[in-house]
Amino acid sequence: MRVIRPVWTWLDQRLQVGATIHEAATHPVPSRTASWWYVFGSASMVLFLLQIVTGICLALVYVPSADQAFQSLEALNYEQPLGWYLRAMHGWGSNFMVAVVLLHMVQVVLFGAYKFPRELTWIVGVFLLLCTLGLAFTGQILRFDQDAYWGLGIGASIAGRTPVLGPQIVQVMLGGPIIAGATLTRFFALHVFVIPGTLIGLLCVHLLMVVKLGINEWPMPGRLVRRKTYVKEYDALVHKDGVPFVPVAFTRDLVFGGAIILAVMACAAYFGPFGPKGFPDPTIVDTLPRPDYFFLWLFAVASLLPPHLETPALLVGPVIGIGLLLALPFIAGEGEKSWRRRPMAVLTIVLVAVSLGTLTRLGTTAPWSPVMNAWSAAPVPAAHLQGRTALERQGALVLQAKQCRNCHELGDEGGRRGPALDDVAVRLTRDQLIRQVLQGGGNMPAYGKSLSPAETTALVAFLESCAPKGQKPARDSAEPGTPAPGASPATLSSR
Amino acid sequence: MPEDIARDPDAPQSKERRSVLLTIGVALNAIAGVLVAAPIVGYLLSAGKRERMLQSLDWVSLGALDTFPEGQTRMATFRNPTTRPWDGATGTIPCWVRRTAADQFQVFAVNCAHLGCPVRWFPQSGLFMCPCHGGAYYADGARASGPPPTGLFKYKYKIEGDQLWITAGMMPTPGRYWTSLLGGRKPCA
Repeated sequence: MRVIRPVWTWLDQRLQVGATIHEAATHPVPSRTASWWYVFGSASMVLFLLQIVTGICLALVYVPSADQAFQSLEALNYEQPLGWYLRAMHGWGSNFMVAVVLLHMVQVVLFGAYKFPRELTWIVGVFLLLCTLGLAFTGQILRFDQDAYWGLGIGASIAGRTPVLGPQIVQVMLGGPIIAGATLTRFFALHVFVIPGTLIGLLCVHLLMVVKLGINEWPMPGRLVRRKTYVKEYDALVHKDGVPFVPVAFTRDLVFGGAIILAVMACAAYFGPFGPKGFPDPTIVDTLPRPDYFFLWLFAVASLLPPHLETPALLVGPVIGIGLLLALPFIAGEGEKSWRRRPMAVLTIVLVAVSLGTLTRLGTTAPWSPVMNAWSAAPVPAAHLQGRTALERQGALVLQAKQCRNCHELGDEGGRRGPALDDVAVRLTRDQLIRQVLQGGGNMPAYGKSLSPAETTALVAFLESCAPKGQKPARDSAEPGTPAPGASPATLSSR
Repeated sequence: MPEDIARDPDAPQSKERRSVLLTIGVALNAIAGVLVAAPIVGYLLSAGKRERMLQSLDWVSLGALDTFPEGQTRMATFRNPTTRPWDGATGTIPCWVRRTAADQFQVFAVNCAHLGCPVRWFPQSGLFMCPCHGGAYYADGARASGPPPTGLFKYKYKIEGDQLWITAGMMPTPGRYWTSLLGGRKPCA
């Protein structure tokens, strides 16, 4: 202390920042905001600082070149001492940052903190969220593996759907006519200079407004925000029931910030770094491109939207979404702040959270994707072969050889693009099976051209045998001899 | 004394001079700003110029004709007509070649017409399947099922000597230029 004080005095005489820092640190905040609900903003910032430090360290070794980026990532993982750990911390830091920023946003909405006079703080916050997501996406590209390469292809295909200017936008985005060296360098520039620089600038404005306007008070049901009286009421509240930010409210931020860094480090040490997953060579088409977890919901949306809605949804959807977020403080800038009296806000958050959660879950299982190796890797369950005729067994071979299993499950193995076939005979009659196989339809390709009559006969015979024990096969209601309910299966069969 | 006037900030001449200087200063910076911005914007958007896009297209050989047996679909790769030394493996592009007759071919881009993932050929079922969102195409490139709005993208081809050539150089994405510049024909229905 004896050394530090004169050094600080000397420095502050020249810097002239001591008073400003002291004022900002000890500015009074409502005492109830010294709460665990108020720690997510500072935690986001702490995580961003960690990303800067680990990111700079990675940039010392990483080579942003299409032909060497992958090797440099491998070198980081396996050669550079502790390179794997810094990559893991940067990757996990990114996951945590996206999650904590979203939590921060949810808290701000629930507590009505975006209302007057903090509208601009919210708007800057929306851009901070976009920067965070932008960093997450560009970071996934810098991990230049097959996911990154095809992720860029997906991004380009979405951009290419823009009316009129689509192809130009694709070229500007990729830095040329194909995904190549110029693409990686421009995403490197975005990830390392443009977006972090923008984020730091916006963060300064965000923090300045937080300090100048004061931290949002704890919302009380019935205490309404009015433009004319709010500032006076807030000042009175802080005057009557205020505590200095440092050290009173700050301690929780300190504890949570430290805990979150430790959590990132623990995840990094336990789970290790993300990828790289496969050499980014476009001629290797035997690949399974998947986005990182925070974009899995988008992957699901792209798979589940009806085709005619896709282009408008992918191009206009984000504009509407961001527009709504920006408009929020102008739509509901006054009035009730407490979530107890804002059912629409709570319901919206629940709806968005459930939707994102469901879509993310679907994105991890991707039931719409064919399982490319099921036809050769997933055997026909023995139960489906025992006691079957030669023709039916021949049909099982056709089923495997024609890749039906890539989209259809049998015994819980195989794709889930189409329905499972374990009980298909209960649902479709012989004629319906033949028509479905030959003509397709209902999202199934037609196999008329790739099946010989003999193969079709065998395949349909096998499918007709696919009925659980005790369940009656489907029958054509137009056929004569409709048995009474409870008739024995033998009289049912019209084969 | 003129020097005294110059030093007196409230003197009318001094105010006038300041306002003239301010005008000149703002004008100079505005001109400099535009002059700096113009090349920067041109530099950033250069990749999207129509001429550059046209220049990136060229005929490339996929190899000898007899490497593509009649009635079969095989993968061929080619080095993109415009590459830089640091493009590495990303400069080599695959495509699917289907030979329907001695002089009849179909050359498909591997990129799914939905969102660009690489489609895989399954000769047994005669289908192209996409690993991402579940698109499927028939052997002739026509859409079979799933989210793709059209069939596979097709390259324009020609036979010269004993080689199969295609016009390539641009990643296919849904849009006017791909069809008008590259294929010269629409993607398969």
